[in-house]
Amino acid sequence: MTQLALVIDLNVCVGCHACVTSCKEWNTSGPAGFMTDENPYAKDPTGTFFNRVQTYEIGEFPNTETLHFPKSCLHCEDPPCVPVCPTGASYKRKEDGIVLVDYDKCIGCRYCSWACPYGVREIDEQQQVMKKCTLCVDRLYDETLPESERKPACVLACPTSARLYGDVHDPESEVSVAIREEGGYPLMPEWGTMPSNHYLPRRKTRMHIHEDELQRADNPLNKEQRGPSAPVKTPTLDDSTSW
Amino acid sequence: MNPAFSVIFLTTLIGVGQGMFLALFTGQSYSAVELLPTQDSAHFYGTGAMLALLFLVGGLVASFFHLGRPERAWRAATQWRTSWLSREVIVLPIMMGLVFFYSLMHWFEWDTVLFTTKAGARLQLTLIIGTLGMLTTFALFICTGMIYACLKFLQEWHSPLTVINYILLGTASGFTLATAFANISAPELMRFYAIWSMIIIAAGFITRSASLVRNSRIKAKSTIQTAIGVRHTKIQQKAMGFMGGSVNTRDFFHHATATFLKTMKWSFLLLAFVVPFILLWVGMDKHNSGILIAAFVVQYIGLLAERWFFFAQANHPQNLYYQTI
Ligand code: SF4
Ligand code: SF4
Repeated sequence: MTQLALVIDLNVCVGCHACVTSCKEWNTSGPAGFMTDENPYAKDPTGTFFNRVQTYEIGEFPNTETLHFPKSCLHCEDPPCVPVCPTGASYKRKEDGIVLVDYDKCIGCRYCSWACPYGVREIDEQQQVMKKCTLCVDRLYDETLPESERKPACVLACPTSARLYGDVHDPESEVSVAIREEGGYPLMPEWGTMPSNHYLPRRKTRMHIHEDELQRADNPLNKEQRGPSAPVKTPTLDDSTSW
Repeated sequence: MNPAFSVIFLTTLIGVGQGMFLALFTGQSYSAVELLPTQDSAHFYGTGAMLALLFLVGGLVASFFHLGRPERAWRAATQWRTSWLSREVIVLPIMMGLVFFYSLMHWFEWDTVLFTTKAGARLQLTLIIGTLGMLTTFALFICTGMIYACLKFLQEWHSPLTVINYILLGTASGFTLATAFANISAPELMRFYAIWSMIIIAAGFITRSASLVRNSRIKAKSTIQTAIGVRHTKIQQKAMGFMGGSVNTRDFFHHATATFLKTMKWSFLLLAFVVPFILLWVGMDKHNSGILIAAFVVQYIGLLAERWFFFAQANHPQNLYYQTI
């Protein structure tokens, strides 16, 4: 079984929102129709996005740390949003585990957005159908694109490579290795939704230097050599002659 | 959650319709075994069931206002295997159909007595339709309640009390309406309905208070720590990623003050339970239709407040991600 997903490395995300804009650009121009923006340049702008980058502050001043946190549909392995849908518009693909909404079937009842604990489903206020991240399903299998570009738009856009994409069920894939070896974790594990997207935590490289490492206890100079002579107080030849 | 008026009206209106139908059917069953005087079919049961149907239709109309794409509503009947919403969409029209036939058969007195027991109990055709109607009525209550109770991370809703409250509060309002209706068209049944209404109101008061107590003690399973997966006691959101609103900031929070919430709670406890109980008592004593109708109106307003509070009180974990601009 394949389960395509993203792994987001919070250690390198700088919160630049490049994934947000490239997601919007790709998906609003896609075959599934545009993503509505209402009052984009006026009071109370609002719009539909698949992906948002949020910012959190951890700790208390002055010991704080900033965490940039991109969030989109996690393509849960047991998605609570799917069984509640009365029309079958929300579904999880068998072949690659992507959770999608069929915009032609959706009646806009919003029930699936109530059933998603992560707040990643957004109803399109103009088309009145539910929208969410598709993992750029229209790129992944498009053979007119070069193979290196058959990836979600956000992954291609990320300047720091904070977004990895691949099959989390294949133990040797880049994403699986990252989850396994870099401490990848799911969000809100308490609900048993088994999100496919994982997050890599902030990791710090710290040097541990002990006192005795600063001075070599067995430094041979301490034994063999005379210590440097004390500074000479009287004038020397160098002071009086100029060559 | 942000209470949606379409859903508030849908659930309260069909609740009245369902309760009214249950009241009529209870009355008819009692008179079939001669515990209550028999009524003129057309006037009492026929008109009464039409009245119930009117409320059900009202609820159905309200529900369409909740849909973004009402023209596709028929599709909502397809996922009955997994979705309680889909089940409700199927059961509601079935129930309305049965109520319609129940009313029609009483109206035109197509009411053959199938057989009579030795003790004198008569099994009429309408009783069979009525039994089916009663079963679907309960099925509908369960579907409506389960739509909310099945969402496990809405901890305020995820409890059998949610379903029980839907059943009791809906039935209570229907019985109150039946009391007022009986006082006008079948006065000898009024006492019977009034007493049942008061019993159901009291039961509903107990279960709704129980759910209030339960909800006030809930400890949220999701926290900001589990939401972003960072173990630190001090985490603050600094930006949600956008400055204008989004569906996530509009749909999932009531945006009312704590004082307002509290006012709503006390007003629904008074208006949906205490005041109608007293009015029913007085109205029953005085045989006064005006007071009984007032009891129903006050109770219905109370139930609107109750439903508003029911939604507002549910705290969706997604709000953890949308705390500050
Ligand atoms: S993150 Fe939400 S919308 Fe996406 S699959 Fe999971 S429950 Fe469904
Ligand atoms: S809004 Fe659309 S996708 Fe969501 S539950 Fe309703 S019909 Fe299904």
